[in-house]
Amino acid sequence: MKDIECFHDAVSHIPETASQIKKQGRKIMGYLCSYAPEELIHAAGFHPMRLFSSKSDIVLAENHLQSYCCSLVRGILEDSLNGRLDFLDGAVFPHTCDSMQRLSDIWRMNNRYAFFADVVLPAKLNTESAGIYMTEVLARFKKDLEAAIGKDIPDTEIKASISLFNRIRKNLSALYDLNSRHPGLISGRDLYALVKGSMIMDRKEAADRLANIVSHLEKMSPPVKPGKRLILSGSVCDTPDIFDAIETAGGVLVGDDLCTGQRWFEGPVMEDTPPLSAMAQRYRDRVTCPAKHSGLTTRAENLVSLVQKTRADGVVFLMLKFCDPHTFDYPYLKERLDGAGIKSMIFEMDDQQQSLAQFSTRIETFIHMI
Amino acid sequence: MPEKPNETVKIKSAKKMRDLMTAYYLEALSAGQNHKPVAWITSGGPVEPLVAMDIIPVYPENHGAMIGSAKMGEDLCAKAEDMGYSSDLCSYARADIACSVVKGGPIGGLPKPDMLICCNNICGTVLKWYEVQARFYNVPLFIFDTPICHGAYTPEIARYVRTQIDEYIAFLETVTQRKLDHDRMNEVGKLSLEGQRLWQKVLNTTAHKPSPMSAFDAFFFLALIVTLRGTRIAVDFYKELIEEMEQRIRDGVSSVPNERYRLLWDNLPVWHRLKWLSSKFSDHHACLVADTYTSAWCGTIKYIDENRFLDSMAEAYTRIYLNIGVDQMAEEVLNMIRFYDIDGFVMHSNRSCKPYSFGQMDIMRIVREKTGIPVLMIEADMTDPRSFSESQVETRIDAFMEIIKQRRG
Ligand code: SF4
Ligand code: SF4
Repeated sequence: MKDIECFHDAVSHIPETASQIKKQGRKIMGYLCSYAPEELIHAAGFHPMRLFSSKSDIVLAENHLQSYCCSLVRGILEDSLNGRLDFLDGAVFPHTCDSMQRLSDIWRMNNRYAFFADVVLPAKLNTESAGIYMTEVLARFKKDLEAAIGKDIPDTEIKASISLFNRIRKNLSALYDLNSRHPGLISGRDLYALVKGSMIMDRKEAADRLANIVSHLEKMSPPVKPGKRLILSGSVCDTPDIFDAIETAGGVLVGDDLCTGQRWFEGPVMEDTPPLSAMAQRYRDRVTCPAKHSGLTTRAENLVSLVQKTRADGVVFLMLKFCDPHTFDYPYLKERLDGAGIKSMIFEMDDQQQSLAQFSTRIETFIHMI
Repeated sequence: MPEKPNETVKIKSAKKMRDLMTAYYLEALSAGQNHKPVAWITSGGPVEPLVAMDIIPVYPENHGAMIGSAKMGEDLCAKAEDMGYSSDLCSYARADIACSVVKGGPIGGLPKPDMLICCNNICGTVLKWYEVQARFYNVPLFIFDTPICHGAYTPEIARYVRTQIDEYIAFLETVTQRKLDHDRMNEVGKLSLEGQRLWQKVLNTTAHKPSPMSAFDAFFFLALIVTLRGTRIAVDFYKELIEEMEQRIRDGVSSVPNERYRLLWDNLPVWHRLKWLSSKFSDHHACLVADTYTSAWCGTIKYIDENRFLDSMAEAYTRIYLNIGVDQMAEEVLNMIRFYDIDGFVMHSNRSCKPYSFGQMDIMRIVREKTGIPVLMIEADMTDPRSFSESQVETRIDAFMEIIKQRRG
């Protein structure tokens, strides 16, 4: 399907995607993490583009970050220092984990782009004062953007962006929903290209194409693809071969708890409240990233209910090596899954992962077991 | 309590310090029998309201240091790994989490907490670690959220943190069913500030040449400003310690015999190799006169107003050394290099502590550019000895000292 191809194109040729967007006269703002206020970036007239590692060899970043830093952070820094991100006009760092926190400093101290901003979100989300602070931080970020563009960002623009991003969210949710009801309707490789592409390509184009894809798939008579229904859990999964390996082993993906998945797009921003507080509210309501605190058992409850809702047969934890927030949560998530009689496996990987032979063996065994 | 390295003329206050720490831990361990509530709190957390409310503060990180010094880190960390915790996580957290389950360690585990106070001004690790412990002990957790100040201490950060001080006190009052006495609070605030000033003064004595004590001593004497901050005990003790240091200066007693080179240390101590490292450096007549770690407990005095302690505490606890941008950290390092007249900079690249270690290489470059002094980076972990290679570190120290000698002539 041509619409799906466009997403694959966008994610596999990021510099070209960027130069297309620049040709339309828009500046590109890179962002890290799923807590970046994309709507504001977009409303300011920038094109928000989530940064991923190109997975090139780490050479220049060796002079800034030790080997015990996660491959995502090292990989993105390498790309920047190496000039591979020279299409950027700036970058935005929401505060999440310790490694990102220091990447922000190192980036700023070696900055190559015109714009730089930190968005120092609260670490706890479940108190009223954290909510107020969150809104104030967004207001500060809005001011930073206004200073950069030399004019105010009217609420109408922010609202327009919010409704555009909500459209993307709605369609992605619809897709996941369809796929979880009829697994195999779309391959994992395609599905995740759609998610990643929605963080990279022109948002209007993404929203339109996603809507086409959803209505196209809705009309298809669903294939019967038997397979073990699986949920992925972790931070970033930017290794499409993983999805292939799962499917080859006889698994089907029916949902996820990834920041390159449902954690990023689930839940709309309310459109009938003042935009900044509505955005803050969404960050507080959405499924939590383990770098944030929102109760002691929230993540486990989410995961268990996701499994139940999607009638999944098991959970696959994909852990990026050296990722503190996720590895801290693993023992308790596993314990809670065990308690609910849900099988899980863990696989520790690198964003630069070369060979998936080991993963293939592990997932085959796991699928046989469940 | 960390072991004290040998030296030519022993610091007499060390015995007293040991006694005070023993008394402190005995009190903490018998808190249950005496019906005193116990709060576990992070090392950089706002302890003063606890002291004012007669809640016994217990510091898992100080306990972690004891575990490291007692060389019990490897065993406990491995136990945590068996429980499913990755070996790449902070070794204080791993050791503590395991210790709660197996009641191991040098004092048979910490007293069970009635509440947990987690201030994330040092790292995001403590957030996760305290969540684990809150689930394990099933006790209330208060998160004192101090947003990182990459640059400025913005008005919204100020408001957010100040509001949390009230929330914190309300939390303590709910848990203990007692009211905070504000006069007592003011008194504790004054004692805390005085303790911090005195601790700064202790550290300042090492600007003298030769230095009457070393960073290894500071690692040892630090425990009081961490655990007994806000008490008369800490104030009185540090007064005596300063006197002793001044006497040593008058008597020309030095920490390292024939001190010739003065070094600055960065990051947490390598608790399981203190003696070894201390003698390696003193063999070269090099004294580690200062460090960025122990000075963190007096680095924000400038923000504290003893007449508005609770208000000003918000800023002081938010702007501590680890909760600022790497460029500001580099500035502080440069100030220390000038103040202590440093010949070389030793950086501990600490696998456990990502917020302390990431950015070190940029600080290294800045120090080299601005001062020209040699910089050595050694790979280790503060508690878990498994990643430490004695022979490799030894070779590197020797090479580093050679460069310093040539440079200094
Ligand atoms: S993968 Fe983990 S450590 Fe790396 S940036 Fe994401 S949350 Fe941080
Ligand atoms: S050593 Fe570092 S990571 Fe561990 S608790 Fe201390 S500040 Fe946090």
